[in-house]
Amino acid sequence: MQQSFVKRSLWASVVTAGALALLAGCSSTPEQAAPVENRTATTTQPPSTQGLQQGATTSPGAVTSAGTVGQATDASGLDPALRDPSSPLSKRSIFFDYDSFVVKDDYKATVEAHAAYLKRTPRARIVVEGNTDERGSREYNLALGQKRSEAVKRVMALLGVNEAQVETVSFGEEKPRNSASTESAFAENRRADIRYVGE
Amino acid sequence: MQPHQPSFLRTLFFSALLLLACARAEAQLTIDIVGVGAQQIPVVTSEFVGEAKNAELLSSVIQANLARSGVIKNVPNAGLPRTAEATAEGYAAYATRNADAAVVGSVTPSANGQFQVTFRLLDVPKRTQLAGLVYNVSAAEMRATAHRISDVIYEKLTGDRGVFSTRLAYVSKTGPRFQLIVADSDGVNAISIVSSNEPIISPAWAPDGVRLAYVSFENRKPSIYVQNVSTGTRQLLVNARGNQSAPAWSPDGRSIVFASSQAGGTQLFIVGADGTGSRRLTTNANVIDTAPNWASDGKIYFMSDRGGSPQVYRIDPNGGNAERVTFEGGENANPKVAADGKSMVFVKREGSRYALAIQDFASRQVQVLTQGPVDESPSFAPNGKLIVYASIYNGRGVLAAVSADGRVKQRLASSGADVREPAWGPLPR
Repeated sequence: MQQSFVKRSLWASVVTAGALALLAGCSSTPEQAAPVENRTATTTQPPSTQGLQQGATTSPGAVTSAGTVGQATDASGLDPALRDPSSPLSKRSIFFDYDSFVVKDDYKATVEAHAAYLKRTPRARIVVEGNTDERGSREYNLALGQKRSEAVKRVMALLGVNEAQVETVSFGEEKPRNSASTESAFAENRRADIRYVGE
Repeated sequence: MQPHQPSFLRTLFFSALLLLACARAEAQLTIDIVGVGAQQIPVVTSEFVGEAKNAELLSSVIQANLARSGVIKNVPNAGLPRTAEATAEGYAAYATRNADAAVVGSVTPSANGQFQVTFRLLDVPKRTQLAGLVYNVSAAEMRATAHRISDVIYEKLTGDRGVFSTRLAYVSKTGPRFQLIVADSDGVNAISIVSSNEPIISPAWAPDGVRLAYVSFENRKPSIYVQNVSTGTRQLLVNARGNQSAPAWSPDGRSIVFASSQAGGTQLFIVGADGTGSRRLTTNANVIDTAPNWASDGKIYFMSDRGGSPQVYRIDPNGGNAERVTFEGGENANPKVAADGKSMVFVKREGSRYALAIQDFASRQVQVLTQGPVDESPSFAPNGKLIVYASIYNGRGVLAAVSADGRVKQRLASSGADVREPAWGPLPR
């Protein structure tokens, strides 16, 4: 590699203000941390009570409550039925198969309950939050999660919901419900969650 | 979906946090060298005359830098003549140790608490001086001076620009806490510039090395912020429905291309770096277009599943037809084009493994650089010689670096934290 040496003959004296400024920029620049408000994760139920056994874990007699609750609101301005564990409106998660964006029949009842609520409560707004498992790149998963949230919105639109009431976003792989790298964890993480604005 | 409205800029000042200026982050990277170049230049770096009396040991920082390059081998320096000059005695000693080049220097206190640092790079076989410089610096600038000296040595010996004076940005996750960290390229001086209990991804340096764009989930969805890392000033770039993510700067630093779901699906949009003038670049809401990279040739490279599987495409920023760039394999993601525009690194799926691969544009040859199983988020060093990326090691998120020829390998780990999403900053101006 001797040939590649560039011959530099003189003892160059480089004590310039410019060099000083460059050096100063490396170490004396004040750097500040931007604060970010901490927010708690969206409250959702684990899939064990909300997933495949959804029908079985819904208490008898409560199934119709979504249809009978009126316009009562709690302190947050939201309908208490949204938080009532016996109401289908408390079911907030729709789980998906691997690499799939199809809303399965298991979750039709959940989507229909929220669609009915949105139709009779025009001021209510929801955000559907799409999620994926950890496989694949982060930005691609963000886009895949978006397809899941939009699939839920599409079903609601078909049921007559005003699209302006539904915003779709994605968390991609960034907010796993189960952070293990197992098939069952992946299944928990492939989902869309419904959140009411104001919750 | 509603059409995009011109976003108004929210500029937020956090004067209260001036108090936290220069607070050290918890997570400092330590670097392990796990592979070196096939041919290494033997270099001996003497202790700088006077350095033991001063705060930073220049010669040890320089030696660590040269070792990390993978193409230079440090020759032991114990027992060498203590000199900052080119001497016959010195040349004889360096030659005995089979060093091709030698570094000598000195540190001398001068007025007002400043120091004068000198160094010479010597060609041992030819007994000539390759470089010689003098710096007047403060104690706080000593480490940066060692990096600048290392840059000169590296460039003289290899012909390539050194990147020791650059900075890295990356995301550190400790428990539920996400921090966006900016550190020197050797992992030292790690500083947290954003801290949140919601995810942070996709940091991207502006060409000025001062502004950093990134995606924060703090408003319960992915939104792009642009932050000045010197002043702490921070702006929400685009205020629109849906997700805004994957920011990438134009080569002139005036525009940002990003992925957005504001019109349904995920497409590319371009917006001024000040948040004005957003326009849509790709228009098919039924496919995914994301992970853009604005190359020095002016083209925007991105990943898209428009052809069925995720592949890399490129498009003119003014629109028109996208051209497919990758053809091998079922999934190619996250393209990053080298500064010289001759090659591109990307994430290639091979079976269930995700590894980095590099493609030469002229020959279309693809070389797989890493083993995976989960390698992602590659970012070129500004000299195009090294690529930093996110990997998993012993079940933990680590950063790793690989040379563009796949030979030099390093691991940058942080005790107690998962680190990911690296972005290698530009050369200092």
